[in-house]
Amino acid sequence: MASLNVRAALLSVSFLILFLGCWEMATQPPEAQTGMTEYELLMGGADQESRVPPPSAVIKLAWAELSDPFYDAGANDKGIGIQLGYSVYRVLTGFLAAMAVALPIGFLIGMSPLMYKALNPYIQVLRPISPLAWMPLALFIIQDSDASAIFVIFICSIWPMLLNTAFGVANVRQDWVNVARTHELGPLRTAVTVILPAAAPTILTGMRISIGIAWLVIVAAEMLVGGTGIGYYVWNEWNNLDLASVIFSILMIGFVGMLLDLALGRAQKLVEYKE
Amino acid sequence: MSKPFLQVDGLSKVYPDGQGGDLTVFEDVRFALEKGEFVCIIGHSGCGKSTILNVLAGLDEASSGNVVMSGKEVKGPGLERGVVFQNYSLLPWKTTLNNIVFAVRARWPKWSKEQVREHSERYLKMVGLDHALNRKPSQLSGGMRQRVSIARAFATQPELLLLDEPFGALDALTRGVIQDELVKIWEETRQTVFMITHDVDEAILLSDRIFLMSNGPNARIAESVKVDIPHPRARATIFQNPAYHRTRDYLVDFLVNRSGSALPEKDGSPKFVEPASGDVTPASGPSESKAESAARAVNA
Repeated sequence: MASLNVRAALLSVSFLILFLGCWEMATQPPEAQTGMTEYELLMGGADQESRVPPPSAVIKLAWAELSDPFYDAGANDKGIGIQLGYSVYRVLTGFLAAMAVALPIGFLIGMSPLMYKALNPYIQVLRPISPLAWMPLALFIIQDSDASAIFVIFICSIWPMLLNTAFGVANVRQDWVNVARTHELGPLRTAVTVILPAAAPTILTGMRISIGIAWLVIVAAEMLVGGTGIGYYVWNEWNNLDLASVIFSILMIGFVGMLLDLALGRAQKLVEYKE
Repeated sequence: MSKPFLQVDGLSKVYPDGQGGDLTVFEDVRFALEKGEFVCIIGHSGCGKSTILNVLAGLDEASSGNVVMSGKEVKGPGLERGVVFQNYSLLPWKTTLNNIVFAVRARWPKWSKEQVREHSERYLKMVGLDHALNRKPSQLSGGMRQRVSIARAFATQPELLLLDEPFGALDALTRGVIQDELVKIWEETRQTVFMITHDVDEAILLSDRIFLMSNGPNARIAESVKVDIPHPRARATIFQNPAYHRTRDYLVDFLVNRSGSALPEKDGSPKFVEPASGDVTPASGPSESKAESAARAVNA
């Protein structure tokens, strides 16, 4: 009996083949009839319906795009690598800025019940706002579409990190805090040597949720602001009615999102501990 | 008369009882410790032993009274008082060695890396854990974890060591082995130790004096029992000493028959008794079987 992993992989592959097979068959144009006029043959037979491209067309396009991902042939014709690069850059910039704000404030409200009570109402009101709702205000104030997109990422990544940091910090076992106290560690050293490592797994969970949300939001944000990025690319190909490119870029969005999540998952493994 | 090393005066702890009133757990607790003494404190659950220890550690505040150590009032925790907690309280993300290094660095911030490491390893060796330097606490048994915790406390060489029922969570065999190790380390270092236990035999094996607490609420430290058995002691041979049995009978009688009503001297200090001298006989003279069952109950 093959191992569970091997069996799962075989099953995965057969699902994929089955799915692609159904897709391919469902999107075949009807056979060209004999006796058509020259004009009909030129126009692709009697088939006037527009169709979703078959997987074979998408794979062919993917191959072409991925074999030259970084070409730049003008504003509306850049390689997929460049577009994804813009999106990842925006996500990481916004995410890091959010980290710089969320971690210290999270520490503060986690350690001080007073600050928690004072800031909690604002957090509860700001948190459920769709990040895209900030876009007009950001565009007006910042007056720069690129920075506005980064701001939207910033504002949507901040909440999970902030709340998880506060929760992790507030729930550090009192025993460990007592160890720090009996060893006369100052507040800063306690925060760095005891509370941070103790809360790190919870904080990393928050960061992982944040980067997932940021990647969801960047596509929509780039559709709005335009210019560059994978979100813009999807929308642009839709305007070009190039559905093969749309499907290809959807897959790439999923793939890069998975890589971001994997990276954070790795980081989470590093700071995990068993009690 | 010179001041004792540690002087505790009029300590009490009052909690709100949840019905608008107050609950006095213990009151007017007075005692003194001399440098180098090993003192155990025994009492039934709820008499506030742990709170007293936490007040000494500076982790808790008493409602009234004060603690003076080496002429200075104890306020807040400090490195001159080391604590071993019942649940070990090791930092689980650090290795065995780094848990000790953490404490040694805090104690001597100016030491070099090598000096810190060498000192830490020495204390881990003392508790027989020099083979497990790089293991995380989760990879150690309960007994090994408590050894690390003890090594951590001794490594910082505090003036006063506070042990909060350090062997309470261990099985009887492991407990015996670590008791022996504690005896050995204490013979080497002669630290001043204040320890909570529920185990009468453990208290006799380890301590110079045993404080007996009356039952809470309004608990007091009623008696201070001298354990007149010469050091070094060993778990395997201590019961051959006649003083051992007299002391044990006396303690068990107190815990079974008298802990509800016992009171300290009029001035609030514990009554000093020396059961081993034979002057004191248990007031109500418990039968052997009763004493034995009580000892079991206390050990459980």
